Amino acid sequence: MLRVENLTVKFPSRFGDVTAVEDMSMNINAGEIHGLVGESGAGKSTVGAAIIGLLQSPGYVSDGTLMLGETDLRALDRFEAHRLRGKRISMIFQDPQTSLNPLMRIEDQLVETILAHEDIPVAAAKSRAVDLLEEMGIEDAVVRMQSYPHQFSGGMRQRVVIALALCTNPELIIADEPTTALDVAVQSQVLDLIRRLADVRKVGFMLITHDIGVIAQIADTVTVMRHGKRIESGPTAQVLGDPEHPYTKQLMAAVPPLDRKIDRFKMPLEEGVTVPGTSRGDKAEAWLLGGARSDPIGLTLNDIDVTFPGVRTSLWHKPEPFVALSEISFNVRSGSVMGIVGESGSGKSTLAKALTGLIRPASGTMTLGGADLPGGKARPRNHPSRQLIQMVFQDPFSSLNSRHKIGDILAEPLWLYGLVNDKEERKALCADMLGLVGMSPEAITKYPHQFSGGQRQRIAVARALLARPKILICDEPTSALDVSIQAQLLNLLKDLQRTFGLTVVFISHNLSVVRQMSDDVVVLRNGRIQEYGPSERIYQEPKADYTKRLLELTPTMPSRWHL
Amino acid sequence: MLAFIKRHEGLWLFTRSPAAMIAAVVATTILIGAVFAPWIAPVNPYDLASFSLMDGLLPPVWEEFGTPKFLLGTDDQGRDMISSILYGARLSLIIGVCAMAIATTLGVGLGLAAGYFGGRFDAVVMRIADIQLALPAILTALLIDGIARGILPPEMQQDLRVVVLTLAIALSLWVNFARTARASTFVQMNKEYVQAAVMQGQHPLRIMFVHILPNILGPLLVIVTVDLASAILLEATLSFLGIGLPADSPSLGTLIRIGMQFLLSGEWWILWIPTLFLIALVVSINVLGDFLRDVFNPRLR
Repeated sequence: MLRVENLTVKFPSRFGDVTAVEDMSMNINAGEIHGLVGESGAGKSTVGAAIIGLLQSPGYVSDGTLMLGETDLRALDRFEAHRLRGKRISMIFQDPQTSLNPLMRIEDQLVETILAHEDIPVAAAKSRAVDLLEEMGIEDAVVRMQSYPHQFSGGMRQRVVIALALCTNPELIIADEPTTALDVAVQSQVLDLIRRLADVRKVGFMLITHDIGVIAQIADTVTVMRHGKRIESGPTAQVLGDPEHPYTKQLMAAVPPLDRKIDRFKMPLEEGVTVPGTSRGDKAEAWLLGGARSDPIGLTLNDIDVTFPGVRTSLWHKPEPFVALSEISFNVRSGSVMGIVGESGSGKSTLAKALTGLIRPASGTMTLGGADLPGGKARPRNHPSRQLIQMVFQDPFSSLNSRHKIGDILAEPLWLYGLVNDKEERKALCADMLGLVGMSPEAITKYPHQFSGGQRQRIAVARALLARPKILICDEPTSALDVSIQAQLLNLLKDLQRTFGLTVVFISHNLSVVRQMSDDVVVLRNGRIQEYGPSERIYQEPKADYTKRLLELTPTMPSRWHL
Repeated sequence: MLAFIKRHEGLWLFTRSPAAMIAAVVATTILIGAVFAPWIAPVNPYDLASFSLMDGLLPPVWEEFGTPKFLLGTDDQGRDMISSILYGARLSLIIGVCAMAIATTLGVGLGLAAGYFGGRFDAVVMRIADIQLALPAILTALLIDGIARGILPPEMQQDLRVVVLTLAIALSLWVNFARTARASTFVQMNKEYVQAAVMQGQHPLRIMFVHILPNILGPLLVIVTVDLASAILLEATLSFLGIGLPADSPSLGTLIRIGMQFLLSGEWWILWIPTLFLIALVVSINVLGDFLRDVFNPRLR
């Protein structure tokens, strides 16, 4: 049905044309779900945009054939292309928050779309809209249709978006990361819906995603892309289960399995990592191991409650406080890795903030190696825990000050805590520390924007280590990274944890990643602990219903696919 | 050279924007003329011995009775218009730049602190800013002028007119900086690098000025340029209304006020030439400000 041959997309820039997609070919049949996987910058979204004719200016299709049925998509003029969009090809975007107009009722948006493509009475369009929403699994559609987008939850909103995409009976739907912004339970429902639409309505789907688990679960065929080129394509089980190309093999090796714990990810080619022979960070390693270091210490939380001021509903009454964390008690054993999992809104990040002293718990106590650990503003600036607890943040693009050189960023903890007082010595140590985290020491004279996300995350780890911490808190350290980069960073964190006996609190929404990293696990939901215990026990024999459900719904691939 | 330009996005956009280039040429020319006025201007308009009443009211050189000695003509006192304008622009720019410096320091300092500490401090600073906005600049200027007249001995009043005027302009413009700095600081406060610094226990002053300030300079720079034009206009307005500078040390505004008297008597150049000059200066600064805004705010492009 859709035939793409030798597609090449170019973006003119002030440095000349940049080729975003090169010589790309694929076919999608009716009722087929074709997965398009690749890491960021692979050109996946560009392929989708080129097919639907929404390439971001100034990009253009420079070569190739794009055929939808008998229609040559490249030969269409602007108006014909506009008619075709929505009518025969639809698109589902990643973020259901922004792809619906917040000021229009769901009904109006659906009816408007239907009427834009078909000349039918409004009443007919309305009843079609109701049918569609019901088909999407939205109950009580007649009433719900009167609501505005913000009155729907994220998953419901994504169903509405899919209904919008479907309301003109398109032949092809391009879904660009349709479940990335959703929690696992909702994700599995949306994926089921997509599968059903492909089977029943015979709609062809092009499913663009970076999540190999999702592809493994629902895609019939798959194309692996890298640097704008097709690496491998074919039936999903063949390409992902028995990859031929070294890149696909490497990609599959980097995917963390959910069903078992592996010691280390096998990374044949670690790009951007220093070659042997240059600095390996021996000096930094000796510095971290030496000095006033004593045994690792643990961390205990007792009945921690965190509340935020609620929304004021009346001028006269005090607003009800919003409970972010409730009765949180657990013990992080010294030198162990504590994994904290939970969906969005479960209070994971709030927990990290409470530990690092950014917010003050309403009640409860925290202890650090036996000593009391005050929270929030009660923790003075010169409290020893400021040095002992360090954090690696989620977003590598905002966790380093973009106006400071790497050398200055790294040296900060050294002089702040009075660890190294000589400027030259600080510089040498920072450079060597970069070697320890697998980067070139020359980086100290550069700025953060000159590095990729994975490299920046390594720099953030180096910054945390330079404070000589005993506790390292990692808040979703890999969720902004591609799988292969994630695997490298997880390997690095594991190595560092073992070498320096760090106590690590590892926070993530990704169950597979947490399993690889942790000794113990806390499962959080709506600010409450659902389950807490040794990691392998929880993954093998979950007790809480919530944990069971999470494990069940997380998209995985057959374990024999893992290399 | 071309490779260098291509590497810097701002420069690249600049070469693509004729309006910005023309504005830059005009603004730079005026700036050079003003800075080097004592060396460029044919006569010193402040020196009573350098001009004579006999040359009064001569039209520009291209009009009948114009002489090449006074290219743009003379005023009623016989002062060369070019010299008056160059010296006037010099004074206007000095006042504008000094006022901006004071307003920036005050506004950015207060805005940063308000954004960083939040809560009660923020509320107090912002309410003061609201009150300030409710007072027209002229009222502020009159107020400061009145206070200065009240507390300063009469012989100092003339000498300190420039200072009073600068302060009045600075006080009516600091609010823009405070608001922008506060809003940008709020955005930065949620960034993880600031949280990292807070977590490490760094000093609040260091976090504000070493970490946050360099990251909010972009929007502030835009306001500096746009408000520099406002400051110059404000000075012109105040001088025009007579609360500004006296006639013996004329700024552009004073020149326009003097020219007003000749508006209906046929000596158009005394009013029009300084006015056009002021417009050229203000428009070119504004165009540059708009250009900077585009560079720093790619979404508006």
